[in-house]
Amino acid sequence: MIAIIDYGMGNLHSVSNAVERLGCEMIVTSDPERILAADGAILPGVGAFGDAMVNLRDTGLADVVKAYAASGKPLLGICLGMQLLFTESEEHGVHQGLDLLPGRVVRFAGEGDYKIPHMGWNDLAFKQESPLFEGVEPGHVYFVHSYHALPERESDLLAVTDYHQPVTAIVGRGSLFGMQFHPEKSGELGMALLRKFTDMTFGKTTIKD
Amino acid sequence: MLAKRIIPCLDVKDGRVVKGVNFVNLRDAGDPVELAAIYDREGADELVFLDISASVEGRATMVEVVRRTAGEITIPFTVGGGISAVEDMKRLLRAGADKIGINTAAIRNPGLITDGSRTFGAQCIVVAIDAKYNAEWEEWEVFTHGGRNATGIRALAWAQEAERRGAGELLLTSMDADGTKDGFDIALTKAVSSSVGIPVIASGGAGNAEHFANVFAEGQADAALAASIFHYKEVSVQEVKANLRGKGVNVR
Repeated sequence: MIAIIDYGMGNLHSVSNAVERLGCEMIVTSDPERILAADGAILPGVGAFGDAMVNLRDTGLADVVKAYAASGKPLLGICLGMQLLFTESEEHGVHQGLDLLPGRVVRFAGEGDYKIPHMGWNDLAFKQESPLFEGVEPGHVYFVHSYHALPERESDLLAVTDYHQPVTAIVGRGSLFGMQFHPEKSGELGMALLRKFTDMTFGKTTIKD
Repeated sequence: MLAKRIIPCLDVKDGRVVKGVNFVNLRDAGDPVELAAIYDREGADELVFLDISASVEGRATMVEVVRRTAGEITIPFTVGGGISAVEDMKRLLRAGADKIGINTAAIRNPGLITDGSRTFGAQCIVVAIDAKYNAEWEEWEVFTHGGRNATGIRALAWAQEAERRGAGELLLTSMDADGTKDGFDIALTKAVSSSVGIPVIASGGAGNAEHFANVFAEGQADAALAASIFHYKEVSVQEVKANLRGKGVNVR
C-alpha cells in the first residue's frame, strides 16, 4: 500500500491516478496511522511553501513525515513536496522546512532575463547512480516552479536540469527521494520513474545506503 | 534546455468534441477523453479543453470529462471556458485539471486572477487573451465573449496586469490570424512575449509545420496551440516536432 499524504495542498488526484495506473494499491489519507503503516509514501504538493508547512504542522503531519522518513521505508516528495524536505525556503519570507535534507529553496535569480515560472518540458541529466532510475534512459520531464532547491551535500543531488543555471531535479538519500518535476505529468519517462519508486516500495528493488 | 511546447486544443460542448475531427481508428470521434489519449500518445506536450457549453448541465458534464481524462493521460491539461469563480476552478482542479484558463470573466473581474493565483498557485492560472489589431491605436485591443465584444482595453497593458495579478501563463489568440491558416501573428506574439516575464502560448493561424518554427524563432513564443490542423490531420504533432528539430528548435 502506498499512502499519498493529504495535507490540503492540491494535485492529489493526478498523483493518485498515476499510482493507480501502475497497478499499485494506494490510499489518499491524512490519517497518521495509515500513513505510518504504508509500505511507501508520497508527499505531493502544489502551492506556497509557507502555507504547506503551516498545514503540515497544524495537522501534526510534519512529525509523521519525519517519523516515516526515519523508518527507512521509501518516501517520495513531488514538486513542492520535494522542496519541503529541505531545511528552509525563501518563498515569501524565510520558512523552516522538514529539514530531512540540508539545503535551501531559493527563487530563480535573473528576474526579467528569462521567464519565471520555469514551465514545461526539460531534459534530465543523472548525476550519480540511484535505484530510482537504474536502467531508465534520461529525457524530458514536466517542470513548473518558480523556486528551486540548493542541496548542501552534493551526494544528495541525483539529477539536474538546466534552466539558465543547473536546477535540482531529483534528490535522494537512502530511502528518501524528491522530484522537482511532476512524474505523474511527464509521459512515459515520468511513469517509468514512478514505477521505480513503487518497485522499491514493494521490494522489487533494493535500496543501498 | 527548456523545450518549446506543442498544444492541441479541443472544443468541447456538452461533453462532446465539436468541430470536425478526422482520426482513423476512433471508436467515437466525439469523445474528448479518447482524443486526449491519442494526442498524448502522439507526443503532444499539453492539451487544452475549451468548454463551449452554454448550459449549466453542459458545464457539469465537463467536470466528468475532466475526471475521465485525468485517468487516461500523462501530460498536463488546461480547462477553459465559462469559468467565472474560484469555486468553478476548484471543481475542475479537484477533478484532475492541471490549469484553469480564464478570459471574459478575468476582464469583468480582474480580482479573479489574483484570487485564483493565491488559492491554487500561479502555475494553475492561465489568462487567455483574444486580441485584434486596432489601426487607430496602432496597437492590439482585447476582445471578449469569443471575440464578439470589443473592450477598449489594450492587449499589452492587459497582459502585464494579468502577470502582476499572478497569472502563471498567457494564452494569446490573434483574432486577425485565427482561422486563416496563414501562420501565427508574429508581431502580436512578439510584442506580448517581450513585455511579460511569464510564458506565452501563441494561438491562431497555424496552417503548416513551418508556421510553428516561425512563431518560436521570431514570435518568441514559449508554446504554440492549434486545433483544426491537428484534428483534420493536415499535419501531425510528430511532423511539427520533426520539422522543429530539423531547425535546431529544442522539442521533447
